[in-house]
Amino acid sequence: MRRFWSWAALIIGGLYFFLPLIGTLEFSLRMRRGEYSLDAYRSVLNDPRFQETLSYSVIMALATIVVGVLIVVPTAYWVRLRLPRMRPYIEFITLLPLVIPAIVVVFGYIRLFNTSSVLPMTGTAMGTNILLMFGYVVLALPYMYRAVDTGLSTIDVRSLTEAAQSLGSGWVTILGRLILPNVFGAVMSGAFLSFAIVIGEFTMASLLNRPAFGPYMQILGANRAYEPAALAVIAFAITWACMGVMSLISRLARVGRMGK
Amino acid sequence: MNRRIGLNWLGLVPFLAFALLFLVLPTMNIVLGAFRSADGGFTLDNLRGLLTPRIMDSFKLSIQVSAASAILGCVIGFAIAAAMVHGGLPKWLRGPISTFSGVASNFAGVPLAFAFIATLGRVGLVTVLLKQWFGINIYAMGFNLLSFWGLTLTYLFFQIPLMILIITPALDGLKKEWREAAEVLGASGWQYWRMVALPVLFPSLLGTFALLFANSFGAVATAYALTGSTLSIVPIMLFAQIRGDVLQDPHLGYAMAFGMIVVTGLANLVYIVLRTRAERWMR
Repeated sequence: MRRFWSWAALIIGGLYFFLPLIGTLEFSLRMRRGEYSLDAYRSVLNDPRFQETLSYSVIMALATIVVGVLIVVPTAYWVRLRLPRMRPYIEFITLLPLVIPAIVVVFGYIRLFNTSSVLPMTGTAMGTNILLMFGYVVLALPYMYRAVDTGLSTIDVRSLTEAAQSLGSGWVTILGRLILPNVFGAVMSGAFLSFAIVIGEFTMASLLNRPAFGPYMQILGANRAYEPAALAVIAFAITWACMGVMSLISRLARVGRMGK
Repeated sequence: MNRRIGLNWLGLVPFLAFALLFLVLPTMNIVLGAFRSADGGFTLDNLRGLLTPRIMDSFKLSIQVSAASAILGCVIGFAIAAAMVHGGLPKWLRGPISTFSGVASNFAGVPLAFAFIATLGRVGLVTVLLKQWFGINIYAMGFNLLSFWGLTLTYLFFQIPLMILIITPALDGLKKEWREAAEVLGASGWQYWRMVALPVLFPSLLGTFALLFANSFGAVATAYALTGSTLSIVPIMLFAQIRGDVLQDPHLGYAMAFGMIVVTGLANLVYIVLRTRAERWMR
């Protein structure tokens, strides 16, 4: 009896999750009347705006990952090594983006960094790009910090640091050649999650008026019928690929550690 | 020694500067703005502005959608997680379910709206199939994707997986001995759940509910791509306000943003308090 209800819960849940995916796929193939075709995909992929906005978002995602790693890894390392008492407070700050809605944060940016402020970042396109990038770092912060902190907990930070120091290494060498390689798996899983978040992000990019992939999808969705479904399939494939690579890396990292 | 501590603090400067500049100060600016009048003095007028029927209605609708999607997300997610952990299902199912939950809980936003339009929209797959196979026209029966229930149904796509991800460790924490002890004392399966498992899980369940609530309360992209501005929930009203499309008073925007922080802040506070309580049983 218990098994019957379990299967029932699983199958009903499965239907709810797979019908929209099948529905989207089917809809994206329906553009040509009376037969299935890849016309919607062709139309999307040939749209120069698609290529521009997607590459803009990819570049933003890569910048977000680099800056995020540069901020998060040294901080998490330093807190573990020298300021363990600060850990709960730092962790609290990193979790704030889950409490404060993104729309409120970006509203604050618009007020704080507008053209008549002390730091007029929104005055130029480059300044706005940098501002948006920092906004993305904020959105990714909870995931990035937790991944890196968990990674650090698996190594003996103190002994490694002391060994490196007694061999004459400076801080840059310690962080770049000792700590980073040791938490590489954790950093990568944080990186792929950040990538997935940034690629589809809509609110911040739209309110800061940047030509990102999220706002492009929204505009296309408001004006076309079949292309949005094709876009959704593409976006889902990107998310799925990111998550797949992420779990693969964490599994490899675990196997690698066990092998040692 | 003091000098040492001073130097230690320097290591946190980059992070604190970043957090201050791009997280704390922008938020503070909005919160303070909610209590400031046009000439810079202190005022409660902005908050009073929230009491207009249009904004009150949007808060009410937002809270209803968030509550409905959080309750249903908790119940359904719990059922699936319980089936997976304690339901006698094959072990190999766990890996795929948790991987899929990880993906689906991040599949919010614009593409999710498209997926539901393609499925349950007026010419969506399920709508059409129901009409062709069973002669059921859900739109004639009053269903509309661009409505309260449509939005709730769509939000469940990321709420249920989030629930599964968070509640699975708690379900794993239920010790086998408890169930055995209950069975030895003659309890039925239902009695075990009602009198042992659910009371132990209660803080986790309520805490996760609060988290799911906050999660959907702040969501903009899905709702915006799904309904445009036909459904006035708070984030969409605020979005339009920042864009300058409606409501010409910027201070009302501050007040609405402040209201959002209060709601999500309270929900998260509940989550944190209950989580620490739940951890008592997790050892």
